[in-house]
Amino acid sequence: MRNSLKLTFFFILVSSLFFSKAQAAGEQHDLLEVDWSFKSFFGKFDRASLQRGYQVYTEVCASCHSLKHLSYRNLVEKGGPEFTELEAKAIASNFEVTDGPNSDGEMFERPAKLSDKFVMPYANVQEAIAANGGAYPPDMSVLVKARKGGANYIYSVLMGYEEPPAGLELDDGVYYNKYMYGNKIKMSSPLDEDIVEYSDGTKATVDQMAKDVTTFLQWTAEPHLETRHKLGFRVIIYLSVLTILVYFSMKKIWSRIETKV
Amino acid sequence: MSDQEKKKPNRRDFIVTATTAAGAVGVGAVVWPLVDQMNPDASVKALASTEVDISAVEPGQSITVLWRGKPVFIKRRTQDEIDSARAVDLSELKHPEKDEDRAKNPEWLVMLGVCTHLGCVPLTDKGDYGAWFCPCHGSHYDTSGRIRKGPAPTNMEVPKYEFVNSNTIKIG
Amino acid sequence: MSDHEYTPKSRVGKWFNDRLPLLTLANHLTDYPTPKNLNYWWTFGGILTFCLITQIITGIVLGMHYVAHADLAFQSVEHIMRDVNYGWLIRYVHANGASMFFLAVYIHIFRSLYYGSYKSPREVIWIIGMLIYFLMMATAFMGYVLPWGQMSFWGATVITNLFSAIPLVGESITNWLWGGYSVDNPTLTRFFSLHYLFPFLILGLVVLHIWALHVPGNNNPIGIDIKKPSKDTVPFHPYIVIKDAFALLIFLLIFAFFVFFSPNILGHADNYIEANPLVTPAHIVPEWYLLPFYAILRSVPDKLLGVIAMFAAIFVLVILPWLDTSKVRSTVFRPIYKQFYWFLVADVLILGYVGAMPAEGIYLLIARVATAYYFAHFLLILPFLGFKEKTTPLPLSITEPILGGSPDMAMARDNSNYKEKL
Repeated sequence: MRNSLKLTFFFILVSSLFFSKAQAAGEQHDLLEVDWSFKSFFGKFDRASLQRGYQVYTEVCASCHSLKHLSYRNLVEKGGPEFTELEAKAIASNFEVTDGPNSDGEMFERPAKLSDKFVMPYANVQEAIAANGGAYPPDMSVLVKARKGGANYIYSVLMGYEEPPAGLELDDGVYYNKYMYGNKIKMSSPLDEDIVEYSDGTKATVDQMAKDVTTFLQWTAEPHLETRHKLGFRVIIYLSVLTILVYFSMKKIWSRIETKV
Repeated sequence: MSDQEKKKPNRRDFIVTATTAAGAVGVGAVVWPLVDQMNPDASVKALASTEVDISAVEPGQSITVLWRGKPVFIKRRTQDEIDSARAVDLSELKHPEKDEDRAKNPEWLVMLGVCTHLGCVPLTDKGDYGAWFCPCHGSHYDTSGRIRKGPAPTNMEVPKYEFVNSNTIKIG
Repeated sequence: MSDHEYTPKSRVGKWFNDRLPLLTLANHLTDYPTPKNLNYWWTFGGILTFCLITQIITGIVLGMHYVAHADLAFQSVEHIMRDVNYGWLIRYVHANGASMFFLAVYIHIFRSLYYGSYKSPREVIWIIGMLIYFLMMATAFMGYVLPWGQMSFWGATVITNLFSAIPLVGESITNWLWGGYSVDNPTLTRFFSLHYLFPFLILGLVVLHIWALHVPGNNNPIGIDIKKPSKDTVPFHPYIVIKDAFALLIFLLIFAFFVFFSPNILGHADNYIEANPLVTPAHIVPEWYLLPFYAILRSVPDKLLGVIAMFAAIFVLVILPWLDTSKVRSTVFRPIYKQFYWFLVADVLILGYVGAMPAEGIYLLIARVATAYYFAHFLLILPFLGFKEKTTPLPLSITEPILGGSPDMAMARDNSNYKEKL
């Protein structure tokens, strides 16, 4: 018993180390917290929200931000927005990709297929930087995992545009954001009420769009999140049962020599 | 020790056996992801079809395109070649298949350019039947891609394909 | 290895065993007499073996899909995470497995420090263990570079720059390590090659570690020498095997929790940003398991001396068996050392904490004090304490304290019974 107490003590020490580390890094405003549907042990994505989030991404973000690690087929896959294959094919065919060379040795344009990667708004990083006043609009494929605070951080930044506090001078093309690291951001507030028209009739408030697109970006960063939660739950159950079985086996075996374990 | 224990198969043995069995199930479950990761992944599976422009192929010519990493022969057959393929008596064949079943449109023969013996790529317009000949171990195929002589067991495989229009074939 | 007399029962077994004594080895491993009073801190040897095998297997699998090229590495990791069947699972097990491996190795090392397992006649086990630990750090560091994220790139830059502190040849050495004038594709490919090689060196050293252990046999919580086999020991199988299995399962539950429900909590968000040689992340921090050494490095204001201090912090552990002058192994009988032991644990945790903090102000001060104490513990307190400390009396055997009135009377009474059952 005393041993297990010590063990617990050790884990508390070690884990407190992590958490203190995590906390100490941000001396900023506390992020807005959302009760995401994908957060808990059994967390799943809200399918409708993912589809709306995709709409926000295409109509608002995609003109600057790429999703280069995704393919159009991902939109159909289980655990994602789960568009039908026809819908996804229609989405893909809106984009032109360069293919080739053909038998004449020339590259040619064709409509995108499900197997193609998402078409990027800029040909390369330099072009993206040049087109955006010197700031690189980051690729969004794993953006949620690439920011401390994850989904809450993305949501907070989208909601965090405010008038700069008195006395803070901002250069042209620089905006004040309450939650952005350093509070300065080169992206103007991307969301305005009713900037998109949701096909499912949901009211497109800024808050709603921020939530939807964040949900969508959480999925692009962790496309297997639902499988992971489901499998994880089974693994934990299995391990718990086996632990109990092994415990009683151990008691039985050690009872042969009547020493305590 | 063994004498005493053999006499009384009691609950102790049961729980240990149950534990061992449960543990074995777990080990088995762990093996599957390690095996499955070597199967074709999602991006490979997605590349299942390819479209080929055949407008430039003259009668008697053939082109080779890559599909799923393998060569596909697309041959525009002459009338002589079609006739000789169709005239063959099925009983002469090692792997009896009608030419009508292999070439939906008799002018066009589409098949995997892989010898069914050990996977080499046969040479075109070679061999005893004036069609395909596999240099690796000497298998001769006729103008329908059927095995006629040599060690290969079956005809060259016809993949799933369709004519999107008169100039384009979609393989897969 | 006291059981040379073993002969297999079957004729085929005997024939084979005369030519290659694998069955003798198997028999030695199952019958290996183990002190019966080993507590759960002793189960981490088995857990560590499990960790190493897991890392090797998942690593080999990842190597089938990973592309070691500066332009493709990040993308290939995303390919593993998205497209490869169960790729996400295998990568998360490998990444979190590294942390779990270090968690277990630190417990293993501190168990050894508490019970004096490094002392005569087990010095060689200890030194091999330290070699393993050192190789583990090198392997983990190079593995962290492979995804080619921002932390990969800048971690590699910072750590390889340590060697530039060496006078005269420093620059030549860093250029040699990099295969260029900065961390770049040649660095990545050689790190991949070595990251693949080192675990097998570790595996070889683990075999030697266990071999060296089986010569004198296990230390035990009381730290006294025991007769083997005797009523103080149990055969390794099934007693220790089942106990190790139980501890391993508890360990796996924690492991599974990280993998399935918090797979990225032990990593840095910045490593999901592709490496960019033009922009350094705001806080460069190594993985948590290297933080204490990182704190020692930064606490010394001089570049070369800082590097020396960091390597000395590991080297001081290697010569530990000769720094600790006490003849008594277990801390149980060393009341004063026990205090210092927990001070050391706290000191290392503090070093880890300040290693994660910016090296300025109060943190730097704490780091300096903690670094000084770390070396004082090994170089001053331990040698001195061995001569001065008055230890409490040692029992004569493992069963003796039990006869003297421990709660476990039943076993002592039934010694005869135990022999029979065995």
